[in-house]
Amino acid sequence: MADPALVHLTVNGQPLQAPAGTLLIEACKQHGIEVPSFCYYPNLSLQAACRMCLVEIEKMPKLQTACTVVVSEGMVVNSDSETVHRARKSAIEFILTNHPLDCPVCDAGGECELQDMTFKYGAEKGRFIEPKRHREEQQWSPVVYFDRPRCILCYRCVRACGEGMDVWALGVANRGINATIVPNHQDHLECEECGNCIDICPVGALTSGAYRYQTRPWEMQHVGAVCTFCGDGCKTTLGVRNGEILRGDNRDKSGINGDFLCIKGRYGLDFTRHPERLKQPLARLNGELKPVSWSYALETAAKRWREIQKAQGAIGVIGSTRILNEEAYTLQKFARQVLATANLDHHRTADFPALFDALAGRTGAALARLDDLKTAPAVLLVGGDPTQEHPLTAWNLRWGYRQHKTRLYILNPGDIKLRRQAYRYAQVAALEAAVRYLNGEGETQSQPLTGVAEPSEKRWPQTPASAVAVLDEGLQDFRARLRQEQDVIVVFSGDIAGDTVRELVAFGNSLSGQTRYIALADHANARGAADMGLYPDLLPGYAPVAAGQSGLNLEQMLAALPNQGLASLYVVGANPFRRHPVDPAALRQTFLVVQDLFLTETARAADLVFPALCAYEKAGTVTNTSGQVQPQRRGGSCEGAKSDLEILHRLAAAMGETAWGPADPDRTLQEIRAQVKGYNLPLAQLLAGAAPLALPLNGRVPRAAAPLAPQPNRDTLFTAGSLGRYSATLNGVMEGRKPGR
Amino acid sequence: MSPFSPQLEARFRELMQRYPARRSALVPMLLYAQDELGWLTPEAVRRIAELLGETELAVREVIGYYSMLRTEPAGKYHVQVCTNISCLLRGGDELYAHCERRLGIGHKQTAADGVFSLEEVECLGACSWAPAVQVNYDFHQELTLEQLDKILDAYAARARGADPSQGQGGAGSPGPRTALPVDGSGSRGEAALGTRVQEKS
Amino acid sequence: MTKPHPLETRVVSRRFDQPDAHTLAGYLASDGFRALDKALAMAPEAVIEEVKASGLRGRGGAGFPTGLKWSFVPKQSPREKYVLCNADESEPGTCKDRLILEYDPFAIIEGMLIAGHAIGARRGYIYIRGEYRYLLDRMERALAEARAAGYVGKNIRGRGFDFELHAHTGAGAYECGEESALMESLEGKRGIPRLKPPFPAVSGFMGGPTVINNVETLASVPAIILNGGAWFAAFGPPKNGGTRLFCLSGHVRQQGVWELPLGFPLRKLIEDIGGGLRDGARLKAVVPGGSSTPLLPADTAWNIHLDFDSVAKASSFLGSGGVVVLDESTCMVKFALRIMQFYRHESCGWCVPCREGTQWLQTSLTRFHNGGGRAADVDLMKEVSENILGRTFCALGDAAAMPTLSILQHWRQEFLDHLAGKPCPFGARTSAAGAH
Repeated sequence: MADPALVHLTVNGQPLQAPAGTLLIEACKQHGIEVPSFCYYPNLSLQAACRMCLVEIEKMPKLQTACTVVVSEGMVVNSDSETVHRARKSAIEFILTNHPLDCPVCDAGGECELQDMTFKYGAEKGRFIEPKRHREEQQWSPVVYFDRPRCILCYRCVRACGEGMDVWALGVANRGINATIVPNHQDHLECEECGNCIDICPVGALTSGAYRYQTRPWEMQHVGAVCTFCGDGCKTTLGVRNGEILRGDNRDKSGINGDFLCIKGRYGLDFTRHPERLKQPLARLNGELKPVSWSYALETAAKRWREIQKAQGAIGVIGSTRILNEEAYTLQKFARQVLATANLDHHRTADFPALFDALAGRTGAALARLDDLKTAPAVLLVGGDPTQEHPLTAWNLRWGYRQHKTRLYILNPGDIKLRRQAYRYAQVAALEAAVRYLNGEGETQSQPLTGVAEPSEKRWPQTPASAVAVLDEGLQDFRARLRQEQDVIVVFSGDIAGDTVRELVAFGNSLSGQTRYIALADHANARGAADMGLYPDLLPGYAPVAAGQSGLNLEQMLAALPNQGLASLYVVGANPFRRHPVDPAALRQTFLVVQDLFLTETARAADLVFPALCAYEKAGTVTNTSGQVQPQRRGGSCEGAKSDLEILHRLAAAMGETAWGPADPDRTLQEIRAQVKGYNLPLAQLLAGAAPLALPLNGRVPRAAAPLAPQPNRDTLFTAGSLGRYSATLNGVMEGRKPGR
Repeated sequence: MSPFSPQLEARFRELMQRYPARRSALVPMLLYAQDELGWLTPEAVRRIAELLGETELAVREVIGYYSMLRTEPAGKYHVQVCTNISCLLRGGDELYAHCERRLGIGHKQTAADGVFSLEEVECLGACSWAPAVQVNYDFHQELTLEQLDKILDAYAARARGADPSQGQGGAGSPGPRTALPVDGSGSRGEAALGTRVQEKS
Repeated sequence: MTKPHPLETRVVSRRFDQPDAHTLAGYLASDGFRALDKALAMAPEAVIEEVKASGLRGRGGAGFPTGLKWSFVPKQSPREKYVLCNADESEPGTCKDRLILEYDPFAIIEGMLIAGHAIGARRGYIYIRGEYRYLLDRMERALAEARAAGYVGKNIRGRGFDFELHAHTGAGAYECGEESALMESLEGKRGIPRLKPPFPAVSGFMGGPTVINNVETLASVPAIILNGGAWFAAFGPPKNGGTRLFCLSGHVRQQGVWELPLGFPLRKLIEDIGGGLRDGARLKAVVPGGSSTPLLPADTAWNIHLDFDSVAKASSFLGSGGVVVLDESTCMVKFALRIMQFYRHESCGWCVPCREGTQWLQTSLTRFHNGGGRAADVDLMKEVSENILGRTFCALGDAAAMPTLSILQHWRQEFLDHLAGKPCPFGARTSAAGAH
């Protein structure tokens, strides 16, 4: 690709070049020249309000805001003159006139941009002797507090909420010195509670109800972890003090999520501190679960499983979509090698095998990463509601729409919020039929169409449901336009599976340009569980088991329980009894072992319970729904619990498997990279997210006769399966949103 | 449920068609709604947001910006005294202080009986006829304290129903189209400015 | 109606003494819409050239050449073009547009139609400040009459020219007199000014190329078209063509609004038209062009001429034509405070120096005027004003800083006289608006 036209300019006597169209403040930053600002924020609309970035530009009569001036050929800039320094100092002095100077008790003290700027550019002496304007602090939601006097009116929060989140819950009321940020419902907020307004606030005006006043920022370690909730794999920086996770935030913006984090990534992690957290193994003694020692629990499990093996009893294993790759890999190995069973599955929420099989043999990148959505010319979204279920995916789609005019085609049975960004929106009764139509040759279609939304001229519409117009041309126009696209990313949810996925891929492949795919699965490591082979018929890398060697799938295992079809069931990090309640009486003949954080419905029925660490308390890797492999780092700790990897290794040892040795995630990762095609990249590349460029596929995937269909979790922004129930903050927000509040 | 009269609803419909985008009608709609209701009630905000397809927040943001719009009731007669430079030089402060004393209320306050409210306002554009007072939409200019008293007397009488010219405005309605028999003209005898109130009715 | 003064040159105010000019019949009886007919027979470029030749400069305050402004509008535009009339007259000391709206509303309409023809717009709006309700009513009646008679609407004068025109009310905001803030307001938003560039001629109302002119500017256009640009230019000194309305207020015997050729001596306006100062008082200062303009001390004021360049030479601006006369009894601290109270009230709050600076100066001036002044305050207020000047998003900050700086410069001694314990000629009352 040819370089975009470069423009030459001089800043402080230093010659620079920058692509035409670059803002001066960005050009300076790229060359290590800091031009301070509060209101300027990359990729949000320009404000020129704080006046911190004023610089001298030759031939211009007044100081200019570097955040709005675009570089031009021959421009001569001075950002370091006496005049500029005076202007900065005075801007800070003005900001501080009504800003409280109680930094020692401000929650943002130590991580406040105003504090830093004052230190660097400000006046050492306050000259404003008039009374400051005081207002009481307000609580806007369970997680958002607003301290008006601290607000410097940079409007970042307003833009992050509106332009970024498309929520538009924050505004500006009044005028002049009385101007203030206000929430959408006068005294409180009704929003997605993402908390991005808090992260983006340069001062302590917006603070987090879940974190504020618990600690000073410098008392915490800041650990970059991968969020353990949905399948998007956002980075959340854990603030950890004495092993306790006090907050998650995204201030350093270094993750795949850039500026974004949703409520769960930010606030949901208080489940780690929930009082019901399991910290000791439990064993059923005289009908009741009682705390026991680790050695007793491990020995008991090993002894019973050996007995069952001897008696040729069937053992089933249900794995997790939250445990790390190394743990999922080790679990399948444990099931297949140590327990010697093929009855192995996990809660499937997307049909990865069908997608990868349909793409088998393709050369070049067939899979897209979530980041690619930010720049895609066109996206076809089939099923799902990313705003609720995949907040980062939704954020990236909105980003593409905003910054790159992405044409978003949506095929959905319902009315989802991304309709506002849709270029074409077809509300269809049945996705399968609609996909079949897309892939069909005929120009007529009998697919019942419940609605097609016209592209909206309004940029930020509050689209009413009535805007869903039923049009005669139906899907014809939708398909015709898609066929003209040259570069499409197809995103689909677990609402479609099997042959429908294959038909969707066939349609994608029939387009003339590049087509790439993303399957949306729920839970943090759903993709990892699939890649690692937690299937009754597929080994790591989707390699088929030997013919006739398939075991029972999840539903078959659960169905077998009431008939004493399984002598033992080992459930790791999953709670199948929540969706499929099982009569405890039916389990009398089944040795049920559960490994989890809490006493879930499944764990309550167990004979033996192992307390496990959560994702934030251990190291390894996770793979997001688009295949990006990321390191998980150890942040918090939970005395008494152990990682799933360690429990598996100890169980293997207790079962007499001597070759495994102690748990070592690095060694396990090496084994994975040797086994799974997509993971056989140099480590640095793998952890930089390059995996999706290669399919994690070892050969073709056999088509199961009656494959188990994915069951999407249908979590909302405020729920997260069994885990979400243990987050006080998520529950508090849910409570606050009940009608009649 | 609309808090507005059918006439006002019809006027809004017409207004929204005047512009390339209906949101342009927002500021006039707010002012006319206030004229009818006396202030911008929560129901008025909700209805206008609904008519324009905007959020209530967007409507409230706009209300807060404009100094003539209010979200609390004012008096039946809203007395607005200009004290800006031209009026200041010709006794605007004295007029304002006189109103405070006579009405027993201060800036942006409403008397207990709801007849008068008072506001010190910025330039009314009557600089060459200073000092000026606006009561609701009626201008009174080149005022002396005695003339101001007569004007306030006349409004008070009208509030008591003593003035038969009282319109159909109803309680709390500012009745902008009413005229007063008082001509507050001063030395230059700006007859035209004094009589314009009559032309309107 | 106002009777002409012998020293007046009535162009834009030529119908001010005609009792029925605000009706269509009355307007037609005095050359009404003849300029429109003439303009519609001219090529749009020729209309713009005529306006350029007149030397007409914006009468709102900034004084930008009108013909040049029109010529910036691209001929071809994918977006609709607009003509806007800025009738948000709010600059303290200024009350001239009000008279045009009252006595000669059709001249504004005709001026807008001509502008529409010149730039290729088909739609226009007249943005009238909310307080001028009776003028909004009057304009709407004029528009209804014009529409009924085919002067507004489709195929105007049978020449295939379509132009839709509406009056639009504001609701109390000085900032909406700033052209881009006016457009925001006209789009139903808070009147926050926009980043420039792009300028309205390229991207204005609804993103379309837009010409926006002050009432007096637009009302001057018909006479210019009718009589020729050269005729208009001949009224004043070179580059300061034409006449304009001056609003005289303050400590004069006779307040009022008069139309004078540019270059008219200020002394003559005060003495020969305004009848001199009241009670034989002595002149202390003059605000030459509305509250935003630096004040002129008496000795300067007596010797200047009212045209753009002459006032600029005296370090001030001709501004909006609002001439406010202050006699020696005026407390300049109080005067500075009242000006600052206004700008603090009207600051939109968008940018830091204006929002915080006007508040700072207002509170400091209030304390100072109330007798709590410190010697250090005088220089500090000067520095705070200088820190606002030239650093704000729009010109409102400058408008607040400039008169303040001029007062601090010319009447510094009065500030020193106010230091703790000294009595104030105006008394110590500070206004209520300062308290909220």
